[in-house]
Amino acid sequence: MLKVKVNDIDIEVEEGLTVLQACEIAGAEIPRFCYHEKLSIAGNCRMCLVEIEKSKKPVASCAMPVADGMNIKTNTELVEKARKGVMEFLLANHPLDCPVCDQGGECDLQDQSMFYGIDKSRFKENKRFVPEKYMGPLIKTQMTRCIHCTRCVRFATEVAGVPEIGAIGRGEDMQITTYLEKAMESELSANVIDLCPVGALTSKPYVFEARPWELKKTETVDVMDAVGSNIRVDTYGWEVKRILPKINEDINEEWISDKTRYACDGLKYQRLDAPYIKKKNNFKKISWQDALQILKDKINVTKPEKIAGLTGDLTNMETLFACKELFHKVLKSKNLESREKNIYINLNDRKNYLFNSEIKGIEKSDLILLIGTNPRYEATMLNARIRKSFLKNNTEIFSLEDLGDLTYNYKVLSNTTEEVKKIIENNCDISSKIKNAKYPLVIFGESALTMNSSKYMFEGFKKFLNENNKITEEWNSLNILNTNASAVGSYDLDIVCKTNETLEKIDKNFFEIIFLIGQDNISISKKNEFIVYIGSHGDKGAEIADLVLPGAAFTEQNGYFTNLEGKLQMAFKASYPPGEAKEDWVIINEISKLIDGNGLFKDKNELLTAMNNHINSNKKNEFSNLFKEEYINEKILTLPIDYYHSNVIARSSKTMNECRNIRSKLKKTGTEG
Amino acid sequence: MFDFLRGLMIAIKEMFKPKKTINYPFEKGKISPRFRGEHALRRYPNGEERCIACKLCEAVCPAQAITIESSEREDGSRKTTRYDIDMLKCIYCGLCEESCPVDAIVQGPNFEFATETREELYYTKEKLLENGDRWESVLAANIKADNPHR
Repeated sequence: MLKVKVNDIDIEVEEGLTVLQACEIAGAEIPRFCYHEKLSIAGNCRMCLVEIEKSKKPVASCAMPVADGMNIKTNTELVEKARKGVMEFLLANHPLDCPVCDQGGECDLQDQSMFYGIDKSRFKENKRFVPEKYMGPLIKTQMTRCIHCTRCVRFATEVAGVPEIGAIGRGEDMQITTYLEKAMESELSANVIDLCPVGALTSKPYVFEARPWELKKTETVDVMDAVGSNIRVDTYGWEVKRILPKINEDINEEWISDKTRYACDGLKYQRLDAPYIKKKNNFKKISWQDALQILKDKINVTKPEKIAGLTGDLTNMETLFACKELFHKVLKSKNLESREKNIYINLNDRKNYLFNSEIKGIEKSDLILLIGTNPRYEATMLNARIRKSFLKNNTEIFSLEDLGDLTYNYKVLSNTTEEVKKIIENNCDISSKIKNAKYPLVIFGESALTMNSSKYMFEGFKKFLNENNKITEEWNSLNILNTNASAVGSYDLDIVCKTNETLEKIDKNFFEIIFLIGQDNISISKKNEFIVYIGSHGDKGAEIADLVLPGAAFTEQNGYFTNLEGKLQMAFKASYPPGEAKEDWVIINEISKLIDGNGLFKDKNELLTAMNNHINSNKKNEFSNLFKEEYINEKILTLPIDYYHSNVIARSSKTMNECRNIRSKLKKTGTEG
Repeated sequence: MFDFLRGLMIAIKEMFKPKKTINYPFEKGKISPRFRGEHALRRYPNGEERCIACKLCEAVCPAQAITIESSEREDGSRKTTRYDIDMLKCIYCGLCEESCPVDAIVQGPNFEFATETREELYYTKEKLLENGDRWESVLAANIKADNPHR
């Protein structure tokens, strides 16, 4: 511990901190532009100048390490003058276009010039002009406003791992550019918009849409992948205008992926706003009462075992639980399924389907083995953590398959089950590496768990890790990477068909009524089934449906989601469902009321209590016996993910479509990988 | 006695002065360049609307009478798609005019805009621009006259 004085207050700080951090601990605020907690130190904006005793000149506090006995002053005349001077230089070339700038109202330069600057400009010469740069469909540039803090450059090289943004020229001629003026090939690219302290990089889809002070802000969680990033949803009336990250060091730090941020315009398009019935291949609007009556008549003439239900990837746990109760208690059917493929899941213990090492645990890992997963597209934020670990600990990373650029170096093994067999039978050097590693991570993707020998691989690995003390209270190195936001929640609620044949029977057209509860990812070859779709968007599911009941999206209802680590988080209501649409659990409750007279739940509290009791009751499940534990020599192929089109909201989003088109064009040039 | 005479004197003086009352609809009183009457949205001499949708007037309006929606116009400039003033909510304080960085929203000299229905007093962007076109010469002169005091 070092003893320093900040503005005559004695404090003790750890070694290795900077003067700026010490001042923050002492509660002295220091203005800054280039310094950012999560990025390396650049020290080029000079806004954080402070006075240190025995130093002739003011010192840039962000780049100065604290030394014992330092006497730091942040409120002297010299510091004030230095700040005013720096501010004047920064503003010399900064255009005075705040009224048309999208950053207005949340601009660091605007705020700090009000606080630390002077009110007049002495700069009479012509201001610098920099032509606009193309940075893809997400980032709008206005480079004249740039103050060269290089936060975006550091973010792209360090966190995103794509060194595509850089600075060319010197002094006044310095320009930030993507060199070839192409779209940044990263799923984290739009974070530079939040990082930019001025309006040089702003959001293209949100351009001129709204001012920050007129938006209603709701802190909630994301459902685009199973990571459950914490986000802030900004709404203007009904419309979700933008989504920003909310800091959560355990999950997403302070970044979010582009899909999380920009799929929100999908909440405006293709929405279902009233119940529809299909007549002669055309959808006709009907009232709720008629729709439910039709459904009731249909259910009354159908045998329970001929009714099936499929829950979707964005469904919250309340709805999942209501569906479960509807099927068990009212419809008396056992065919409710949450999986889209025949994924091997061992429900005996919660640890068998979670990401047990936790996302923040990745940071201390020293060996990572990827089996049938591409974390870059399946869980972007998790991939950013792997990169962080790779940079920090020089973690050794292995993948069974060549996955292209993952933003870090990894060694490719052979993508066969034979390789896995060798590892778990302790027959190759990866096995000894895992044994010697202190914090190894084995990550199973959904692709690996759909294989014929999935049970053999998973249980084998579990045994291998258990034998070598890699699964302990302190560190559990066995991880499953789920891709759907609702996956862990459905497993917790036990929504997995006990006979494991619902999907097969659907393929064989066995059922007479199929409920699709927000399920749009399964293609059903329809014959005589009566398909009921309950969901928010008119997509694949609604297209084949005979009856469409409009539900709410994740921003329009309160609902729990469990992320891949097993953390229970709540998505809060930021907006309301359009038209006659209702919250999902209300629809399910109304269906049950219609059939047996009294609904499942009186209100939401009753539902939540029942759900809690169910989760805590911890029922044993013998379901995993249905899978054969056999070894088949086969190839492990990571199923490609259509990243920008992975769910209904993203598919309805114009921005996501544009990104997808640009990415596919880039692929055609053959310059990548 | 002296007081009586003095009072009478004032009355006699007033009799020979010009009349203070005016024949209102046909005659009008003098109006200051700073008069805060009916709102108008101005244009530049080339016909381009001045308003850039910065929303400062909407933010500053104490009666929350202004509603603005903005988006990018085809040529990439920032423009309003909606600019409504509820003239019934408006308290005619003049803060919108004061906050405007481009002198787009102004309060003109017109105070005779009474209507028969309330709906007519919900002014839209078209109505405000039309006001601006009609009063432009007066508005420009007023701003020029007030300029030294700003």
